[in-house]
This record gives sequence, C-alpha cells and structure tokens, in this order.
Amino acid sequence: MARTASTGQKIAWTVVAWVIALVIFFPILYTIITSFKTEPEAIAGISLIPSGTFQNYIDVETQRDYFRPFMNSVIISLGSTVLALIVAIPAAWSMAFSPTRRTKDILMWMLSTKMMPAVAVLVPIYLLFRDWGLLDSRIGLTLMLTLINLPIVVWMLYTYFREIPGEILEASRMDGASLWNEIVYVLTPMAVPGIASTLLLNIILAWNESFWTIRLTTTNAAPLTAFIASFSSPQGLFWAKLSAASTMAIAPILIMGWFSQRQLVRGLTFGAVK
Amino acid sequence: MATRQTRTLARIMMMPSVLLLLVWMIVPLGMTLWFSFQNYNLLNPANVSWAGLFNYQYFYSDPAFFESIWNTLLLVGGVLMITIFGGIALALLLDQPMFGQGLVRILVISPFFVMPPVAALIWKNMIMHPGYGVLADIFQFFGARPIDWFAQYPLLSIIIIVAWQWLPFATLILLTSLQSLDGEQKEAAEMDGAGLVARFWYLTLPHMARAITVVVLIQTIFLLGVYAEILVTTNGGPGYASTNLPFLIYRTALLGYDVGGASAGGVIAIVLANIVALFIMRAVGKNLDR
Repeated sequence: MARTASTGQKIAWTVVAWVIALVIFFPILYTIITSFKTEPEAIAGISLIPSGTFQNYIDVETQRDYFRPFMNSVIISLGSTVLALIVAIPAAWSMAFSPTRRTKDILMWMLSTKMMPAVAVLVPIYLLFRDWGLLDSRIGLTLMLTLINLPIVVWMLYTYFREIPGEILEASRMDGASLWNEIVYVLTPMAVPGIASTLLLNIILAWNESFWTIRLTTTNAAPLTAFIASFSSPQGLFWAKLSAASTMAIAPILIMGWFSQRQLVRGLTFGAVK
Repeated sequence: MATRQTRTLARIMMMPSVLLLLVWMIVPLGMTLWFSFQNYNLLNPANVSWAGLFNYQYFYSDPAFFESIWNTLLLVGGVLMITIFGGIALALLLDQPMFGQGLVRILVISPFFVMPPVAALIWKNMIMHPGYGVLADIFQFFGARPIDWFAQYPLLSIIIIVAWQWLPFATLILLTSLQSLDGEQKEAAEMDGAGLVARFWYLTLPHMARAITVVVLIQTIFLLGVYAEILVTTNGGPGYASTNLPFLIYRTALLGYDVGGASAGGVIAIVLANIVALFIMRAVGKNLDR
C-alpha cells in the first residue's frame, strides 16, 4: 500500500500551507511593500500595491547615513566570527581527535557559560569598557561578540570534526604522507564544509545580536541593530523610511538564512538533530 | 594513538578557548558579586561603601521585582507554549505532500532571521498600531473597535512578537526531526490498524521528544534574556507591566545609575537562570546521551 496522496488532497494541503505561510511571512512582506510607498501612503491603511518610489532608500542613506551602521554590522559580525573561529578551531580539533575523560565536561561547561544572563554582567562590562575606552568602539564590540559566541562555535565545530573518520588519517600516514600533506590534502578538505557552516551561522547570530550591540554603542560603532532601535523614538516615526532601512538590514541575512537551513538546524541543536 | 606528545599538544590547542571563557566567566561575575554588596552610585562615584545585604533587601522589597520575575516566567512560558504546540502543528503540516513545499518552508522560517529591533518595530508600527496598523484596519472592517495592543495588553503583545520570531525555529527543528522518521514504521503502524491519533501519540511524538527537548533548551537560553523587543515597544511599561528581569536590571543600572542595586539584581538573575538551567541540562543530558 504505497502512500500516494490523491491530487485533491495535495491541492488541499497546498492551499492550507500557503495561507498559513503567507500569514507568517506577512509582516516581512508588508515591510518590503511599505518601503516602496510614500510616507502618506504608508499610513493610509492597508494596500498591497505601492507607488514604487525608491525615495525612501535614498533618504535613509542621505539623511540618516545608513552606510555607516551597515559597515559596522559587516565589520563586527565578520570580525567576531573570524576571531572566534581562530580561537575555536584548535580547541574543537583537539577535543574531536584526542578526547580525554574530561572533554565532555569541558564542552558542557562551555555551553553553561551561555546560560549566564547577559544583563547580569552589564554593569561590570559597561564599567570596564568605559575605563578602557572601548565604549562605542568597533574593537570592543567585536571582542564582546567573539566571547558571546565562542561556546557555540566550539560546539558546532566539534560536532563537525567528530564526524571526520580518524582511520583516514592513519591510512594517509601509512601511505607515507607527511604531516604537511596530511593537513593540506586530507584534513582541510574534510573540515572546510563544517567550518563554512559554522561561519555562516555565526555571522547570522552576530548580525542579529541585540543586547550588547545596543548598550555598548551610541553612534560611531553602532551597527544596524542599534541604528534601527533608534527609530523607536516618536520623532523617528517615518514608516516608509523605517521600512526601507529595515528591508536593507534584514535582506542579506534573510538570503543567507534561506541557503543555510540544514546547517542551521545542526548548528543550533549542537548536532543533536540532523 | 595518543602519545604523551599529542596529548600535550591537544591541551595547548584547547588552552586559548578555555582561558578566554574562564576569564569571561569569572571576572564579570566576580565584579557583579562584589558590587552587589556595595553602596555604589554612578552619580556619586567618590562615595563607595560597604552595604552588606542592603542592595538585596532593596531589590527584594521593590514590588517591581516580583512583577518582573512573574513577567519573565510568563514571557518564557508563553512563548514556549506557542512555539512548541504551533511548531508541532506546522511541522506536521509542512510534512504533507504539496506544491511548492520548498518555498513554503522559506516563507515560514524567515522571521527567525529578522533582527529583534526590526521585528519589534514592524509589529509595533505596521501591525499592532491602534490607528494605522493592519490589525486595526481589519478590526474596523468587521466593525470592531481596534485594540491598543501595547497599552491594553503590553506583555501579551511582546509574547506575540517574540513567539513570531521563534516559531520558525521550532518548526524547522521539529520538521527536520519529523522527516527522519522511518517511513516503514509508519506504514507498519498503519497496517496494524493504528489510527491517525494513535500513530501521532505513540510513534511520531516519542520520535520528536529529543528535538522538542532541544528546542526548549535553546529557546529558554535566549528567552530569559529578551531585551530589545521590550526596549523599542513598551519600554517596560505601562508601569512595570511588561518589564522582565533583564529590563528591570537595565533600568536600575543605566537609568538609575545604581551599580549596587543593579548588581544585586544581576546576582538574582544568575541564580534564577541557574535553577532553570539545572532542570534543563538534566533533561537534555538524559535525552542527548542516547
């Protein structure tokens, strides 16, 4: 009894699923639509057809200097991800290939540091940053996000590296491969996909981090999260412009996210769900 | 093939990560603990003195404290309920045969990638605004009075926004788990005459248990720290109606300049998070070691 659904059933499921999916996606869709409206149109009630102006995008750049927070976001999320990878790759590597009795405990402990509520250490971090002149600096924020995401990076890399079979190393050694050849031709190709997925997921997390990025910056180093949050004050109530800024802020990550669904599941569940 | 040399090398390779996290954990924690026993106000930084337990008493006797803890639990619990039940339902739906399944999936998971300030502002302005929001338009169309969401139901509004952000995450993980369920098992159960409900209850749900545990764990970590969504919508109000513990600490620290009080709050938040974490880690540890 093969389970082939009748076409009628399939159409019914399609309709139900599309309706629900569109309801869930609607706020994003409506933001994109609103970004092409004029300001009076934006508050004139529901309409799904904008007049198609690009003025909001131009205004956000010329009036609010959109490029600066955008670049800050790029620099901070990329920088913190690369730094975290540099620190985490050797650690994950050694835990995956020469585990000791304590490896599991260390991994669990690393994860537990993520349980510490960020706000609980807001005061000391704020005071330290103030004393060291790191407030509102890209370097400070980059270091902060490196620390925040380090446990997740180690975990993710560990679950990927663990799947590289150790026998392959021994086989290549038997074949007389030098250590250098072993690293370049055997290990690297097998490790790259895992590292790439980790990189992608971590950029997404760092891009969207919204506690430290808002609290530790004012203008100079403010990334998009802080920039958008500044629109919440009443005088910033320009919906079409807010929509344009929001669309630009989420578009790159949205697209990256669509392409990394699988890796996302693996990464965020620490390999527990694949 | 672990010689002593490779073992030493392995330790050295682990060192930077472990040391960084150790410092990251101990230094701020130690400072928070120390400050929590001090009279220390940023407006009067020259006058720092030992306070004993005063900050804790102060924080404890503040009626906002219990309200904020209650709000924190409601927020975490409410969002977990919505995302777990909704996520299971959506995962089951997306697992059905349909046209354009890939596209539906992309639409459903998208909210997860929207940064919190954007998500909150979209909902605040364009969806829930009592005058110009989409919901107000819909209510008016049916002749009902629009709801002023953030004034009347501040915490619920924030729960809705946060749930919208996390529902895709739960759905994606649960769907992945669902799709790894063995098709033959399903068929066997069907042939044995198990109904739809029985199949779900005895086969699908146990299979998803591990994924559900993971979703609860990860979401709890992030939900205990919800901040930006509150900042850009209600700013904790009206009164303290939508203030959770992180937001109360932030208010005490950076708006009240009260380092001692905020640190006492921070210590309480850490204790709370650890209690929750203990339960979760135990549950997850059981579930993950299979």
